[in-house]
Amino acid sequence: MSAHSKSSPLPTYFGVWIALLVGTALTYYAAKLDLGVFNAAVALIIATTKALLVALFFMHLKGAHEKLLKLVVTSTILFLFILLALSMADYGTRHFS
Amino acid sequence: MSDSQSVAAHAETHNPALLHHFATEEQQRDASSFGMWIFLATEVMFFGGLFCAYLIYRGWYYGDFAAASKSIDAFLGGTNTAVLICSSLTVVLAIWAAQTARRGLMLAMLALTMLFGCTFLGIKGFEYRDKFVEHHVPGTSFSFHEEIPGHPGQYANPQHAQIFFALYFVMTGLHALHMIIGLGIFAWLFWMAWKGRFTPEYHTPLEIGGLYWHFVDIVWIYLFPLLYLIDRHK
Amino acid sequence: MATATSQPVERENYLNKHYGVGSWLFTTDHKRIALLYLISITFFFFIGGFFALLIRLELLTPAGDLVQADTYNKLFTQHGMVMIFFFLIPSIPAVLGNFLVPMMIGAKDLAFPRINLLSWYLYIIGGLMMLHCMVTGGVDTGWTFYTPFSTAFTNTKIVEAGLAIFVAGFSSILTGLNFIVTIHRMRAPGMTWLRLPLFIWAHYATSIIQILGTPVVAITIVLVAAERTLHLGIFDPKLGGDPLLFQHLFWFYSHPAVYIMILPSMGVVTEIIACFSRKRIFGYSFVALSSIAIAVFGFLVWAHHMFVAGISVYAALMFSLLSYSVAVPSAVKVFNWTATLYKGSIHYDAPMLYAFGFLGLFTIGGLTGLFLAALGIDVHVTDTYFVVAHFHYIMVGGALMGYLGGLHFWWPKISGKLYPEGWARLAALIVFIGFNLTFFPQFILGYLGMPRRYYQYPPEFQVLNVLSTAGATVLGVGYLLPMIYFLWSMRYGKPAPDNPWNAAGLEWQTQSPPTTFNFEEQPVVTWEAYNYEEIDAPQKQEVPVVG
Repeated sequence: MSAHSKSSPLPTYFGVWIALLVGTALTYYAAKLDLGVFNAAVALIIATTKALLVALFFMHLKGAHEKLLKLVVTSTILFLFILLALSMADYGTRHFS
Repeated sequence: MSDSQSVAAHAETHNPALLHHFATEEQQRDASSFGMWIFLATEVMFFGGLFCAYLIYRGWYYGDFAAASKSIDAFLGGTNTAVLICSSLTVVLAIWAAQTARRGLMLAMLALTMLFGCTFLGIKGFEYRDKFVEHHVPGTSFSFHEEIPGHPGQYANPQHAQIFFALYFVMTGLHALHMIIGLGIFAWLFWMAWKGRFTPEYHTPLEIGGLYWHFVDIVWIYLFPLLYLIDRHK
Repeated sequence: MATATSQPVERENYLNKHYGVGSWLFTTDHKRIALLYLISITFFFFIGGFFALLIRLELLTPAGDLVQADTYNKLFTQHGMVMIFFFLIPSIPAVLGNFLVPMMIGAKDLAFPRINLLSWYLYIIGGLMMLHCMVTGGVDTGWTFYTPFSTAFTNTKIVEAGLAIFVAGFSSILTGLNFIVTIHRMRAPGMTWLRLPLFIWAHYATSIIQILGTPVVAITIVLVAAERTLHLGIFDPKLGGDPLLFQHLFWFYSHPAVYIMILPSMGVVTEIIACFSRKRIFGYSFVALSSIAIAVFGFLVWAHHMFVAGISVYAALMFSLLSYSVAVPSAVKVFNWTATLYKGSIHYDAPMLYAFGFLGLFTIGGLTGLFLAALGIDVHVTDTYFVVAHFHYIMVGGALMGYLGGLHFWWPKISGKLYPEGWARLAALIVFIGFNLTFFPQFILGYLGMPRRYYQYPPEFQVLNVLSTAGATVLGVGYLLPMIYFLWSMRYGKPAPDNPWNAAGLEWQTQSPPTTFNFEEQPVVTWEAYNYEEIDAPQKQEVPVVG
């Protein structure tokens, strides 16, 4: 978590920063295109990519020496997914009843 | 007995920041960082409940949500996203500066982070004021009379639109509250940095404060498209 | 350490190291914080018990003649809220967990001692808020504060109660956070995951639930408070909202919350059964992993509280199946405990009596949970006393029995004194008899159709209700006895040896009571958990001891 290897992390930081800004612009302009049902998907995919970039590089998840932190992040996302998915199991099937 | 022995053990030189119940500084640093990650996990679930509510109502009242979403300023929202992204950069640069003993840069980056944070809140304040003026704040004076995007002549159900705005204000409001707390944390970090408490060997508070700040950034990364960009192409 | 040595002069320990109120209110010693919790949760247990007493008194007669209907609503609401949020959820983790987790893993303290103290202060603040709420009007929605009644119709103090629970929930989160980091990062050398006491595994699993579940009820409370004060419409069907959304969000936490209440108790029972059978726990890794499985599966079943609320039949079917699956790891534990007892050298000390009580009562509670998981049965018995009996069997017959057993088991370590064994066994028996007399009739009542949360009932239900109230009185006596003799023992009890039960576990290698930093030197663990064969080996050589 502290000192990285010999090479400076600066290029990575600035690279990620640019990528995040580009992603934001992409999200904004893609929303103006008519992609039908895929508008939401595109927006979320870009958002998730940005979130991953922040987590992996700014929050140093990539360099973490143990798998533990990645396990914590993955589990949390899994449980959030459980909340969303199982709730949708009710809402998504109500009109069938 | 046990106490004098431990005092004797303490007498050997170690960083005064090392707390006695930890064996090594590395253990303390790992524990602190791990603790912050666990706290962020709770924050994910905290916001997650709101995302769940949002998801369900967006599915139920899509057109009304689209109409409401159109009435908030996506350009300001996008700008705010960029502001937060820049603030995340300044955070990692501040930590790098601490790691490489660049005191001036560290202080500058911390100050910039706070400046970006305040900018974010300022823009948010403008947005809220706009909503207040347009009577889009849920409550007794709420009124909403906009067309559903893509369906000219068809007006959004104001009650459903009110749900959108309720979620909008709760979600962005909660996020803004976390920003304010973040600003407080960074003010405290700035003060500690000013006092020279951070060295290349010890700057754990910066790291865990940074983790918190990045998390707040990530929440906004999701809030922006979900709230501001529904059916913008229509 | 094999024989008891009582010292004429009191050794320095965490209790006598510093004196004065300040040394307690500003302590960071996990053991002192555990005692602060012990006092506070006992206080709230009395409050919750007082409400229970009034409920049972009202139900002595079929007519609603003791209190008014609105008051009765407040009684059962506050009984539930206080018992769940201010007694059961903190109980074992905050008292026994705080005290024992660092010692069991060979650490000097938890990872974040100051956050531990903050945790207690948050609990106290939440508790005071709840007390204030109750004395200035209270709440009448049921502890489940369903919408839209709680958001749009009731005039009682929902927001204040909600905020009290929010603050207490934060306390719970911080405790869980502390335990997870401690268990990962502060284990002594040689204390590998598979050498950990199963008490630790149980608390680890509990902490996962606290971390992931509590925030969801926290945001739910925020939404209810916002809806109530600002009339938002998120949960109000008249304004386009869905009341079921509240129930989904509420139960997403509140079902796993019941595992927060039972898992630590299972950990306690595991320790007790191993010690008083003088045997290694059968199937250690199965018991360890079953704790994790309960924590994970517990998050998948919440809508079984909503079978008749209006969810889709397909969702109900899925949640019913998932609810069956969550019974499996619990059953695994019961089988492993039984197998541990088999051919063990059983001792019937008070802690073991509570563990036996737990085994039987938890099994009944768990099995009746399976009945409720079956859609067909649930339609008939939901919202009846059958459900009330089911969850009291688990929470009182299970969790509370485990808590009492644990208090007895570790009392010599905590206080340095021995409690009177004869009285303790008697109390355990009284608790067991009183408990069954109170709650078994309620299964029958529910099956016969008596609804829950009603203050009046048809006259044909009176006999069973009278039996239940009689049982509650006996139960109350059973609970008072330990409070009396524990206090008595602090002054007049025999000084306890460091390991009166000859139990395995690092906590027994410390002094009774322990010193502030637990261990003089950091222990290095080279033996497996529950090494009773070595401990009881018939030689003069000592138990593998460190320090």
